[in-house]
Amino acid sequence: MDANGYVSDMIVDDEHRKLFKVNRRAFVLPEVLEAEKQYVFDKCWIYAGHESEIPEPGDYRVRRVAGRPVIISRGDDGEIRILMNSCPHRGAVVRREPAGNSKIHQCYYHGWTFNNEGALIGLPGENAYENTEWTREDHCLSQAPRSDSYRGFIFAAFNPGIQDLPDYLGGAKEYLDLVADQSEVGMEVVGGTQEYSMKANWKLLIENSIDGYHAPTTHKRYFDFIVRTNQLFYDLSAGIVGNGSALGNGHSVIEYDSPWGRPIARWTPYFGEERQHEFELKKNKLVERFGEERAERIARYSRNLFIFPNLIINDIMAVTIRTFFPFSPDYMEIRAWALAPVEENAEDRAFRLDNYLTFLGPGGYATPDDVEALESCQRGFATFKEAQWSDISRGMGREHPATDDELQMRSFWRQWNALITGKHTAPSYPQGVGI
Amino acid sequence: MTLTSTDAITRQEVEDFLFEEAALLDEWRIDEWFALFAEDGAYYVPSTDMPDGDHRTTLFLIADDYVRLQHRVEQLMGRFVHAETPNSRTRRSITNVRIREASANTLRVSANFIVHRIRLEVVDTYVGRYEYTMRLVDGALKIVERRAILDLDVLRPHGKVSFLL
Repeated sequence: MDANGYVSDMIVDDEHRKLFKVNRRAFVLPEVLEAEKQYVFDKCWIYAGHESEIPEPGDYRVRRVAGRPVIISRGDDGEIRILMNSCPHRGAVVRREPAGNSKIHQCYYHGWTFNNEGALIGLPGENAYENTEWTREDHCLSQAPRSDSYRGFIFAAFNPGIQDLPDYLGGAKEYLDLVADQSEVGMEVVGGTQEYSMKANWKLLIENSIDGYHAPTTHKRYFDFIVRTNQLFYDLSAGIVGNGSALGNGHSVIEYDSPWGRPIARWTPYFGEERQHEFELKKNKLVERFGEERAERIARYSRNLFIFPNLIINDIMAVTIRTFFPFSPDYMEIRAWALAPVEENAEDRAFRLDNYLTFLGPGGYATPDDVEALESCQRGFATFKEAQWSDISRGMGREHPATDDELQMRSFWRQWNALITGKHTAPSYPQGVGI
Repeated sequence: MTLTSTDAITRQEVEDFLFEEAALLDEWRIDEWFALFAEDGAYYVPSTDMPDGDHRTTLFLIADDYVRLQHRVEQLMGRFVHAETPNSRTRRSITNVRIREASANTLRVSANFIVHRIRLEVVDTYVGRYEYTMRLVDGALKIVERRAILDLDVLRPHGKVSFLL
């Protein structure tokens, strides 16, 4: 795809020698970012929001999706639309409040008014268009060519020819189900957004979010905290124990035994002895609904799920939705939310949020050290002409890669490389983003 | 200072307390800073899009009860807070101090802050207000609740609150 020779040969995927490397130009060059916008963000399904954020007709949320200002709107007809937040007249951002409920969206620049389904329903001095072919129908708010939801998670696509969302999600659906099944009524985004940034390439955050290997070193202070507050409840000497899987289309997951308590139904001493019985009841309820095996999987195990290209759902000591977008090769914007069962009582909700904050977010015991690590990588990449390669070979010779191996990252990079260069390094690897 | 009641406390006395507290943080004497807290004390930083939220129902950036704050302080004094290794330099300007409520044993105070944080050749500016609830314990003011409410609408380009705000 690449006329100027820059965006090629970015990865070495050597199945024979069991070596996998990524050229650090991928984290540095502006040409790569331009290719990513064109061949990744404009081609794939991109997470936009959660249905619980706009439950009622007229509800809307304003945010950026794949770099575009959009209004995620539930129309009076109940349908969810991803409206481009730019006036068809001259381009001004139409809806400037971050969230609300309204029958209309009005552009204050010249007073054009749209309903919450995006149709132009009024404008001052419409008679000035007489004797022209101008029509209201040609001047509605533009929409994302595709939008769809899976179990409450709303996605947009700017590629009209993309495969349907369930096909795109493929093997990731099973893991979204494991999150959605944590409620009998539905999961909801809790109020309060962690909006932060990193001075680092966006792909570093993908690697980091599904990296079991870094946990005991980067997050030693967090693990010291849970060991102390749980009276040595869990033996951490072996690190994080579990597996890593590629799920197709570049999606991947690590699933592992939780060293921490999980508000859904895994009690640890940190939650307090008086609550142990309540956790048993919660677990029993899951067993009733799903049987012992699936209940144990939901209650006890943690999952860091990556949905290509920029969605992380960490179902760990709480559930977080995290999405991010690059504005330059060395800077990304990040948004994170907490997801929780709607029916959770007030005390459980408070515990969940406390547990979330012990690890997660820009003020947690862990995330700031990830920010530091990724920004440190990016500073190191100034040597990319001499120190050219990042190594992602860990566990490549194993039949069943572990949580602290790097299969899940190779899965991302293979898909990324296929989209950017048009070359598949692993022919047997599941493909299928409709381009 | 030894006090017998907070209902007659002056703004200057409150300012002395806040300025000393700021100096302890800027000088990274954070164990001494932690000693200013009552044993049911808490430290909050709400999310930037819901500055008036309640930490029990809203996702915050930081919501430390006394135990978690104690861990945070111990971590910051140790070697494994990589985000603060080397430590940030900070310089706090505390202004517009107001006594909002003063009864015999409880004091509510608000103040504006500008915290400049300097690290790795970058200056980040954190702007907002503090809301304090304090109480007299053995003749000394102790912090029961310390809420640092950021005016920033997003935490960018700061990226993190790894030091004590």
